Amino acid sequence: MRQIFGRPASLTDVPMHYCPGCTHGIIHRLVAEVMDELGIREKTIGIASVGCSVFAYEYFNCDMQQASHGRAPAVATGIKRVWPDRVVFTYQGDGDLASIGAGEIVHAAARGENITVIFVNNAVYGMTGGQMAPTTLLGQKTTTTPLGREARRNGMPVRVVELLSQLDGPAYLARVSVHNPKMVNTAKRAIRAAFQAQLDGRGFSLVEVLSTCPTNWGLTPVEALKWLEDNMIPYYPLGEVRTPSSASRQAGVPAAASTATAPTPAAFGATGTAPATRGKEGE
Amino acid sequence: MPERVLMKGNEAVGEAAIQAGCRYFFGYPITPQNEVPEYMARRLPEVGGVYLQAESEVAAINMVYGAAGAGVRVMTSSSSPGISLMQEGISYICGAELPCVIVNMVRGGPGLGSIQPAQSDYFQATKGGGHGDYRLIVLAPSSLQEIFDLMGLAFPLAEKYRNPVMILGDGVLGQMMEPVVLPDEPAQAPPPPPWATTGCQGRRPNVINSLYIEADACEAHNRRLQAKYDEIARKEVRYEALNTSDAEVVLVAYGSVARVCHSAMELARAEGIKVGLFRPITLWPFPSQALAQIAAGTGETGVAGASGTAGAPGRGDSPGPAFLTVEMSAGGQMVEDVRLAVNGLRPVHFYGRSGGVVPTPHEVLEQIRALRKAVAA
Repeated sequence: MRQIFGRPASLTDVPMHYCPGCTHGIIHRLVAEVMDELGIREKTIGIASVGCSVFAYEYFNCDMQQASHGRAPAVATGIKRVWPDRVVFTYQGDGDLASIGAGEIVHAAARGENITVIFVNNAVYGMTGGQMAPTTLLGQKTTTTPLGREARRNGMPVRVVELLSQLDGPAYLARVSVHNPKMVNTAKRAIRAAFQAQLDGRGFSLVEVLSTCPTNWGLTPVEALKWLEDNMIPYYPLGEVRTPSSASRQAGVPAAASTATAPTPAAFGATGTAPATRGKEGE
Repeated sequence: MPERVLMKGNEAVGEAAIQAGCRYFFGYPITPQNEVPEYMARRLPEVGGVYLQAESEVAAINMVYGAAGAGVRVMTSSSSPGISLMQEGISYICGAELPCVIVNMVRGGPGLGSIQPAQSDYFQATKGGGHGDYRLIVLAPSSLQEIFDLMGLAFPLAEKYRNPVMILGDGVLGQMMEPVVLPDEPAQAPPPPPWATTGCQGRRPNVINSLYIEADACEAHNRRLQAKYDEIARKEVRYEALNTSDAEVVLVAYGSVARVCHSAMELARAEGIKVGLFRPITLWPFPSQALAQIAAGTGETGVAGASGTAGAPGRGDSPGPAFLTVEMSAGGQMVEDVRLAVNGLRPVHFYGRSGGVVPTPHEVLEQIRALRKAVAA
């Protein structure tokens, strides 16, 4: 019998703790498949962050370090500066990366640190029980925005890819989603491009992956996929914002007055929608 | 003839670390220790090392965590407010049992405080500092030469016990200049240990982690850590005891203040007052037993390393001395450990200057005279 699908060698066989319908499992698998395909498992060091993905060190079958909340890019920097010929990646959620770790991600990107960041955005704090995240949409109800996020009270959601696109350091920036099989395939291509950028020594790479949290969104897994498509993608447009060929930063030398890079994502096969200035009010 | 070099304290920290085999430094500017990162930025690339200025002390200590987990000799340096920012990271480093060296050139506090010398971070350094049950090995040099000696000790100690070592200095030590004799042979860092994250080629993956989500597992982890701290407390106590066997007053001080007290001791002895000096070199583990023996009149004098005591025998049947602890601290911090060690056997007094004010030998002498008058009265 021919096997057509299996667990990647870069994943352990430890059963994952994620809730039913959570897309972390898909994203873990994509990262592991890319590691397998690039043949880098034995020279990769991953950084688990704080949040739902804290146990990533049990699931990725490579050397791992667990980092304190928000500091994964700093930990990754320490490792990469010691072993520049190894592959170093972080796996971070939106609370970890865009809130408490905003300083570390901006500066790792600004330095063009030659690491890869897998940024999982599900618009909510999952592990702690569904509080507002920096990426929570306007009108989205969370345990700390019981009437829905309101701009005047809570500020506007943070678009990380667009924010980092203002810097010269990143070599690869993209936003993808995993809400249907086609998008999953696109997401994998982006993750592979990000790791490839690191292998080529091009500098900082980040893939933002829109993800679901059925438990804390109060939706069934299928409803959650629909909610992501209808609500998150209009505010968080999909596509590549920076690729090594478009990067102003060539071979470590920032180009002068590099305003050429457009912050608007270039859609993968025209699947992305135009960037919206506001998320949908209400769920 | 060994080479004598005139250096500034903060530069001595940097060169001592390089001589000790350290090749990785992550830091952030803060007065009064800026010459440490500046020296490292210049010197480390010359010896094939890496200097990186982090975006904050928070990032710096987490870079140290990453590099320590990756298996190399790594350090950071800062001063009081910066060290406060590092506490969470230090707790993680202790929880994950990673070796590294952290230098604190202490300045006046609390808050932004002052940029002048202080010793008011003693509690933070020796009692844990961050969250959870953990200890740092804390070494307190009192001269530039001793910075070299203790830096040479710090990395092997950190690696032996898989625990961070803190060098607790102060603004005096960082800014002063004096000659040092460089080590004959620079130390070589050992190869990455088998637990380090170097990439899992040819072995099972390694994990650097401080999370033990089950209570029983976390308690078992804590018990292992406590057993390690007990071993350190048994084996790694270091101190210096001078003229304690005939002393009526023993000054207790560490770091640069111990040098002030050394001068005060000489002034007092010139007046016929029998004064001794007890200088803890390890602030944790604190040399409690040696102090207790001096209090009981059975203590020995001399310099004691990790292997035990050395020097002249105790005073026999005469009573132990009174103690005067001198610190650059407003209320006194180390004095609490002195009182715990002396345990009510003899009086323990305190004299402190704070906020960046350094006590003078004559101020300390005045305290000694007043103490003696009070005893006589």
